[in-house]
Amino acid sequence: MTLALLIALPFLGAGLPLLAERYGRSLCAVAAALAPLLALGLLLGEAGAVIDGARPSLYWQWLPQLGLNFSLRLDGLALLFALLILGIGLLVILYARYYLGKEEPMGRFYAYLLLFMGAMLGVVLSSNLLLMLVFWELTSLSSFLLIGFWGQRSDARRGARMALTVTAGGGLALLAGILLLGYVVGSFELQDVLAAGDQVRAHALYPVLLVLILLGAFTKSAQFPFHFWLPHAMAAPTPVSAYLHSATMVKAGVFLLARLYPALSGHELWFYLVSLTGLTTLLVGACMALFQHDLKGLLAYSTISHLGLITLLLGLDSRLAAVAAIFHVINHATFKASLFMAAGIIDHETGSRDMRRINGLWKYMPHTAVLAMVASSAMAGVPLLNGFLSKEMFFGETLDQHMLGSFSWLIPAAATLAGVFSVAYSLRFIHDVFFNGEPINLPKYPPHEPPRYMKVPVEVLVFLCLLVGMLPAYTVAPLLAVAAEASVNAALPSYSLAIWHGFNLPLAMSVVALLGGILVYALRQPLFRWYAGLPSVDAKDFFEQQVQRLVALSGWLTGRLENGSLQRYLAWMMLAALVLVAVALEPLPSLGGTLPRMPLDGITALGLLLLALAALATVLFHRQRLVALLAVGVVGLMVSLLFTRYSAPDLALTQLSVEVVSMVLLMLALFFMPAYTPQESSSLRGLRDFLLAGGIGTLVATLVYAVLTRPYENISGFFIDNSVPGGGGKNVVNVILVDFRGFDTLGEITVLAIAGVGIYALLHGLRLFQPSTDAQGRSWARDRHPLVLATLSRILLPMALLVSVFIFLRGHNLPGGGFIAGLVTAVALILQYVAMGVQWTQQRLPFNYHRMAALGVILATLTGLGSWLFGRPFLTTAFGHFSLPLLGEFELATAMLFDLGVYLTVVGTTLLILANLGKLTQEPATKEAT
Amino acid sequence: MEALYAITLGLLTACGVYLLLRARTFAVVLGLTLISYAVNLFLFAMGRLKSGAAAVIGQSSEYADPLPQALVLTAIVIGFAMTAFVVVLALRSLAEQGNDHVDGEEPRP
Repeated sequence: MTLALLIALPFLGAGLPLLAERYGRSLCAVAAALAPLLALGLLLGEAGAVIDGARPSLYWQWLPQLGLNFSLRLDGLALLFALLILGIGLLVILYARYYLGKEEPMGRFYAYLLLFMGAMLGVVLSSNLLLMLVFWELTSLSSFLLIGFWGQRSDARRGARMALTVTAGGGLALLAGILLLGYVVGSFELQDVLAAGDQVRAHALYPVLLVLILLGAFTKSAQFPFHFWLPHAMAAPTPVSAYLHSATMVKAGVFLLARLYPALSGHELWFYLVSLTGLTTLLVGACMALFQHDLKGLLAYSTISHLGLITLLLGLDSRLAAVAAIFHVINHATFKASLFMAAGIIDHETGSRDMRRINGLWKYMPHTAVLAMVASSAMAGVPLLNGFLSKEMFFGETLDQHMLGSFSWLIPAAATLAGVFSVAYSLRFIHDVFFNGEPINLPKYPPHEPPRYMKVPVEVLVFLCLLVGMLPAYTVAPLLAVAAEASVNAALPSYSLAIWHGFNLPLAMSVVALLGGILVYALRQPLFRWYAGLPSVDAKDFFEQQVQRLVALSGWLTGRLENGSLQRYLAWMMLAALVLVAVALEPLPSLGGTLPRMPLDGITALGLLLLALAALATVLFHRQRLVALLAVGVVGLMVSLLFTRYSAPDLALTQLSVEVVSMVLLMLALFFMPAYTPQESSSLRGLRDFLLAGGIGTLVATLVYAVLTRPYENISGFFIDNSVPGGGGKNVVNVILVDFRGFDTLGEITVLAIAGVGIYALLHGLRLFQPSTDAQGRSWARDRHPLVLATLSRILLPMALLVSVFIFLRGHNLPGGGFIAGLVTAVALILQYVAMGVQWTQQRLPFNYHRMAALGVILATLTGLGSWLFGRPFLTTAFGHFSLPLLGEFELATAMLFDLGVYLTVVGTTLLILANLGKLTQEPATKEAT
Repeated sequence: MEALYAITLGLLTACGVYLLLRARTFAVVLGLTLISYAVNLFLFAMGRLKSGAAAVIGQSSEYADPLPQALVLTAIVIGFAMTAFVVVLALRSLAEQGNDHVDGEEPRP
């Protein structure tokens, strides 16, 4: 519970600064600090137990089917990172109080910062990889918001976009990698994954998943060649740079490597990929840092270089190297955050970050100068400061590997070279800024010390640098031990954090680095001149060019695929269906199955032949629409005969009545439409459609034949056995509809009613051209309502209604039921409309069809709900047998009420559609009459 | 018999698909109607074909599978509602666009 609260607090607290903003800047900062302070208190409460070996954890099921659970665990590694996140976060909140200008939206800034803090805590505390990924993406998003905080500046917007693109792209790769990892291990829970290291490394997918996960880690931690986004992220306010882009977020990638170390390391591929990437980044970052004239640029490249160092250590694949890596994470976070803050102070007080202009600040701000110089020395690896200790361990570890064979000596050599540059740029930070003559043309002159409390965070961090540097065993040792142990997930070899190890090779490397660094710095002017001669590449421009090219490409591709023609989309869809079904059918070994074939009988064969001919006729005559419509009618009739032939009387009745209604509908529609279809498809398109249609038809035929000749198991035995005892009806199809699967039917009549209402809405206010003659120019018959039809239809109406009542009543035991009865009633009423006209009929049939359809749905629903009154589940049927004089015994079931609802819906919807469509033809006629 | 049934169904589907790919709304509606027939017969066939075995208790010694029949029954009715909807949509499109091309505009020559 505490763990969940740890993550929740910053998210909950994100609203506070927004509320407190109006009461002043200090109160706003206090409000922002509230949640992290509480969380830090909670964390420290747990810290003692964790160092003693406890592993508090939390497990809530979220989506167990997907392996996604809300599970958290606080082990040493998580504790270390959580301390960094909360501790440095609090210092940054204090610092930002003085850094941000009066006119800037401070509440929003703090809200973003707290969002980021919560996300970052989520990353380090998650013990489910998918959950971690969710928080991982949240850090990318909140980082985007923070980098783009000064959204009025173009470099901030562009930098934010670039950072988001790179890190979110890496996040996608990471997602794929994690999914693969979870697939290999069979679980996304961290302890399962860490315990399955051997299984992962032996799996064929190991290289793929490793590369994908490393892509995620390397983009986040700005490793070469993805390092370019970090210097541009420096467009963010300096507190953000200090927090996200040196101490925490960029460490997330390194954290991931340390977290998955037991599962992924211990393989050659890991060594080559991780250590060589780290080495390259270390060197590139260190060299580039020296040539930056922007104070924050120097720090950014130095951060890249130090991240490379940590990555290299993790890649070396020895447990001691992992200890060194984690030690350096702590040290780098403390000295780099304080350096960024110092750079921010200098920027704040002088108005410039250009090291060619800000010189000699010692005179103006000695206090800040001392702090920055100590932190800078820690960065250079000067003894008695924390940077020295981890750098010493680093040098020792580079000497201790032999993976590159006879080239193994290159790694310590390159490490020393990077050390040389690191000393040189640290020296430059000290000497250029605080000494080196007088300031040149500063926007704010003379500079002076910042407000008292702006320096407090820097002082705290610098004090920590000193404390860890001088008394490592009494300060950081227990935390480091427990974090490193959690990272490698095994016992640690013995190591010592002492300052003095005697005269050995690592010490010699440190000395070389120090002296070499001083030498390089002394030679800086010719080096700068050489650097200025290099072609300058702006990563932002290059990046945006690539992005624009990509957008243009995808625009072109989309334009090609999506040209606005529905005809083409439909063809694509059909093609996709064809391919998918064909692929799915491909494993079928033989076409025919084991069932005995039915003998060919002449009449059925004739019926099928007629059906096929009518379908072909529809296609052949589809330009002459009336003929095609008649052919479709023949198809429908044959289909209903086919249902009769194969023991489905209910279907046949339904099909027959639907056929009548459909014909009336299509005839009505045809009245408004052109009678002929122009010939406009090209031969090529005709061929394409012919092939598509032929392919799909072949597939359907294959599928049907394969199914028909194979035996199968079904659940229909249950329905047949329980129809009479459970549903009280002999017609199993109807009992299924109104009882067993009544809920489905309820849904279906609801859809029906909705379709009716939708059609009504479409017809509302529709004005169509009405031809006064047919296509040949002959005018319509004068006699709109022929006498014979009118007379017959009136006689037929009561008989048809009687039939529909009969069909309705017997439906539970014999073919029939609400659907069919409803359709028969509808047909009978439509006949009145056809024979007598809409106006005449509506005067005599004053029904509101909307209400009838709604009433049907409501009745069916109420019947279902009624069973709740008797303590039964929704739609339970009750039935009993009654006897009436003359009619004899018959049965009443609540299902009949439900069926009545179905009946009303069908009648209401059908007439709603047809009567309203028919009304369209009448409107001008009535106008003529008046 | 099965083969004939399958071939007829395939032909019915092919005709439906061909009409579905035409450029004018009325042909599309006809194609859709043919495809609904084919789909209903297809679903029905999933319960296999039996003669003289209506699923009415006590009327015969064996019964056809009633479940696909129940599904197809509602499918027929819903299919009608869908056809009606498409028809009215086509009419609306004809009124708004002034033509009955599926893309809403006459093809450019």
